[in-house]
Amino acid sequence: MYDVETKLAQIGNRSEKTTGTVNPPVYFSTAFRHAGIGESTGYDYTRTGNPTREILEQAIADLEDGDRGFACSSGMAAIQTILSLFQSGDEWIISKDLYGGTYRLLEQGFKKWGLRCCYVNTSSIEDIEAAITENTKAIFIETPTNPLMETADIAKAAELAKKHNVLLIVDNTFYTPLIQQPIRLGADIVIHSATKYLGGHNDVLAGLIVAKGDEICQELALHHNAAGAVLSPFDSWLLMRGMKTLALRMEKHEENAKALQSFLKNHDAVLDVLYPGRGGMISFRVQDETWVNPFLQNLTLISFAESLGGVESFITYPATQTHADIPEKIRLETGVCNRLLRFSVGIENVDDLIKDLDKAFTIAKEVTK
Amino acid sequence: MSEQYSFETKLLHNKHKFDPATGAVSVPIQHASTFHQQEIDSFGKYDYARSLNPTREALEEIIADLEDGTKGFAFASGMAAISSAFLLLSQGDHVLISEDVYGGTYRMVTTVLNRFGIEHTFVDMTDLAAIENAVKPNTKVFYIETPSNPLMKVTDIKAVSKLAKQNGAWTFVDNTFLTPALQKPLCLGADIVLHSATKFLSGHSDVIAGLAVVKDEELGKLLGSIQNSFGAVLGVQDCWLLMRGLKTLHVRMKHSCEAANEIASYLNNHSAIKKVYYPGFTDHPQYDIQQEQATSPGAVFSFELHSEEAMRTFVKNVELPVFAVSLGAVESILSYPAKMSHAAMDPTAREERGISDALLRLSVGLENPQDLIADFEKALKKTAELHYI
Repeated sequence: MYDVETKLAQIGNRSEKTTGTVNPPVYFSTAFRHAGIGESTGYDYTRTGNPTREILEQAIADLEDGDRGFACSSGMAAIQTILSLFQSGDEWIISKDLYGGTYRLLEQGFKKWGLRCCYVNTSSIEDIEAAITENTKAIFIETPTNPLMETADIAKAAELAKKHNVLLIVDNTFYTPLIQQPIRLGADIVIHSATKYLGGHNDVLAGLIVAKGDEICQELALHHNAAGAVLSPFDSWLLMRGMKTLALRMEKHEENAKALQSFLKNHDAVLDVLYPGRGGMISFRVQDETWVNPFLQNLTLISFAESLGGVESFITYPATQTHADIPEKIRLETGVCNRLLRFSVGIENVDDLIKDLDKAFTIAKEVTK
Repeated sequence: MSEQYSFETKLLHNKHKFDPATGAVSVPIQHASTFHQQEIDSFGKYDYARSLNPTREALEEIIADLEDGTKGFAFASGMAAISSAFLLLSQGDHVLISEDVYGGTYRMVTTVLNRFGIEHTFVDMTDLAAIENAVKPNTKVFYIETPSNPLMKVTDIKAVSKLAKQNGAWTFVDNTFLTPALQKPLCLGADIVLHSATKFLSGHSDVIAGLAVVKDEELGKLLGSIQNSFGAVLGVQDCWLLMRGLKTLHVRMKHSCEAANEIASYLNNHSAIKKVYYPGFTDHPQYDIQQEQATSPGAVFSFELHSEEAMRTFVKNVELPVFAVSLGAVESILSYPAKMSHAAMDPTAREERGISDALLRLSVGLENPQDLIADFEKALKKTAELHYI
């Protein structure tokens, strides 16, 4: 009923009736006392359900317009939990331009257990459809993709998924429900590395899953509890604290990203800029590969670090960081070349960021002359 | 290093932007209460956490930088910061203080400091002549809150600080309502800036904390000694949470100030509202001073209904803001000064100051302002139906 920024600011408020606390309590308790046999309070053991984690799970389900949310100990734990829905012989169709951690989990983990993955360019519906076989059980999309910022048409992919009776899973880490609500567009499951924009302060490691439909929610609840990669009460609380400012942060991230896109586009050290039009993530290629290291070393404001979505600006070098686990040949084929840098634009003053970039470019060019 | 950056960038990038040992981008929480010493005769920088702790030190340096001061101090609450600052005084000293000061400060001055032989006089700090008349030979502190709580009267920090200096007294400014994002009292001549950091600085209704900042290094030493001997220091977990809150201070203040302006204007044009106290209105008596010394009128304002009964109906029918003590949070908070922030003030004193029983204070949060206006519209309609027709 309320606007999304109102919902965000109000997360957890009025969740507790005894004291009237406006901020939800952190329940560290691992177990819950029962009055007698069969008289559960609804809580038994914290892995199964914890009152603090539950507020977070309801909040993300509400924001993503799903039926149930599940909080996991990391973004990868969220993907691992979803993978528990499948079995040997099942096939996934998945974005070719993909986060390296997901690729590693699939190739070094689930391949061993008989799950096959078919990597396609998910910005082409035709390519997705052509890859569907009788064993295909899910289409997994990152949109925009990481780091090439290609967008996929979620609604069309959802139609395709329905037609072939497969699940559509969307990684919504880059955009968050503020910009994109995949379930509204027909997706079955949304996942997040909540470490990024949702947490937003580079200080919580967390993953979230939201699903639509009773059967799938029940099955996920089973695996979430059985495998147990759940988020701790304190991190659940810290994540909610971050989410309260998501709307404000995202507005500023995006405003800064748009300004930086035009700055980078017009800079003679830059070959091209990849920006999907929304959000705070930009990738760009420098003209000369040898500039990359001195450029990174001479940034004083922007941190050279892996991760994204935080208040502080980060630049990542996908070739040796996020995408190091993808074989070089495949990496180069998809366009994640050695000149590519990924920029998670923070909420600093944009002119301060521009000055920092400009200075680092100038020094990089000089020292490699 | 942060001298060159604008305020919003400084919130994120300071000398603590990463941990030198590991490169961690979030300041580590050092729970240690004591620190191993290498020498028998000379101790290292850190010996006992009450005196200094690396996590608290990071916060103290950050707030000192943001207020353009030289030294910051973190306390267990806003009142701990204020009380510790008052401990700079001695028996026989005298304090000149804003007459509509926060109830907790009023209680400290009237029931605690008086027992130690520290006198006080309440004055209207917007009236320079009245202040001058109230100065005594033993006046040591001019204590200002601006905008004042809850009537949003604005004090000219520069003029009052000048007057204090002429009389050999310090100026203390409670900067809780505006924060250094909007107003920097040390740059206007104040000696100590005080904060209930529970409010906008932390911003999420989940930390109780106080901060003090000074510009003069000698005064810093005096206050540092009191912080250590009195020991009302802030715990390390809360220091960390407060630093986390500071990172979004700029975007939070921006949103809340814009929304406050929108809502104050809406209420000002509503027939069910008698008066809105907001220093952003051009007809506010100190509008020009506010414009001069701060970059925004802030995100808190008060408004009065036509009767206490009308106020009660309104509060009962409002759904969105929290009805609670406190301010400066992500959630909008509606308060009833007569029974909340100013309950420690006796009814006659309240009456004299114009804090009526129909007055409410609103601290605007991060909700969409249109949602708040829609909520108020509904509650005011009900109020008008029951009381004004």
